[in-house]
Amino acid sequence: MTPGFSADTATAVPPGAGQGALPRRVAGELTEKGFILTQVDKLVNWARTGSLWPMTFGLACCAVEMIHCACSRYDLDRFGVVFRPSPRQSDVILVAGTLTNKMAPAFRKVYDQMAEPRYVISMGSCANGGGPYHYSYAVVRGCDRIVPVDVYIPGCPPTAEALLYGILQLQKKIRRTGTLWR
Amino acid sequence: MDPALHDFGVFIADSLSREVLETKIECNELIVVVHREAIVKVLTFLHDDVNCQFKQLLDVCGVDYPHRDDRFDVVYNLLSLTHNRRIRVKVRTDEETPVPSATGVFVSANWWEREAWDLFGIYFSDHPDLRRIMTDYGFDGHPLRKDFPLTGHVELRYDDERKRVVYEPVKLVQEFRSFDFLSPWEGASAALPGDEKANAAGDGEP
Repeated sequence: MTPGFSADTATAVPPGAGQGALPRRVAGELTEKGFILTQVDKLVNWARTGSLWPMTFGLACCAVEMIHCACSRYDLDRFGVVFRPSPRQSDVILVAGTLTNKMAPAFRKVYDQMAEPRYVISMGSCANGGGPYHYSYAVVRGCDRIVPVDVYIPGCPPTAEALLYGILQLQKKIRRTGTLWR
Repeated sequence: MDPALHDFGVFIADSLSREVLETKIECNELIVVVHREAIVKVLTFLHDDVNCQFKQLLDVCGVDYPHRDDRFDVVYNLLSLTHNRRIRVKVRTDEETPVPSATGVFVSANWWEREAWDLFGIYFSDHPDLRRIMTDYGFDGHPLRKDFPLTGHVELRYDDERKRVVYEPVKLVQEFRSFDFLSPWEGASAALPGDEKANAAGDGEP
């Protein structure tokens, strides 16, 4: 891979002329040689992290923060995050809210219908561990009892920024893991 | 106290003298306690009478008083838009005795009564479809009864071998503990912060 074309830029580039450096170099290389060199897993991870399509799974009030995060102020579309209504079209399921016993089999069914590789973000105290309903007769004590979870976002509810941070953490995790098959 | 509301309570008690057990006004709200078997007649009267016109049934709920012989109250909250008035009708029942269903008078009673059946186990006779409405499929027990354990009897887990969600008896790492000693629900008698002057002045204003 050409040095400087690393997809996992750990530090943010400050405003100024430096910000457009990477696309300019890619464009320059393309016009000069007609091709660029990279690694397949880097390319795959770049594509995966750049288009995380979450399955909308708003279960309670956390869904409102999820909506805030998707709306124009935080604008998840910037990160290629586009909410999908179908598990067959999505890469990640965003469990936003209280997972009740009655919902749990349906939730697992939705998760099973997602194509690999699939990721799970558990959003809010209720999805993380039952939250205030931990001792309830009707609530699953954490959605990790039903599906494997990649990222836990604490909060009750987490702010839209926290959700955004969680999604960026998942992107980082995908880049770090760096495997073709999961 | 609102004298018009008091007069209305007297009117109800006079019109339904054989059905009504008691009328009282609490917090400026009229409460009528009636015989269990007469609930449909009372509701029909409140719905149809020109002075009542309670066309909307807002709520049917249960209350559990475990120390009583007739342990359950069924509470009907009604609203009359015509007269801008609300009324609360109560009947008493126990685990076995059915309450006549109000679905013939108010269609909205259907799901409320299903809810009362689901959460309290109050049985309603002549209900068209008395199923559970809120709790899990195959749920055992009636969770809002005072003798129902908080954490219930089963919990869920995905079984990787059987490839499905399975029910198991509840295993808690730590029992539920309540630290809210000031809560009025826990029987605290001390005045809550900010409430010290509420009863001292004696002017009756909360």
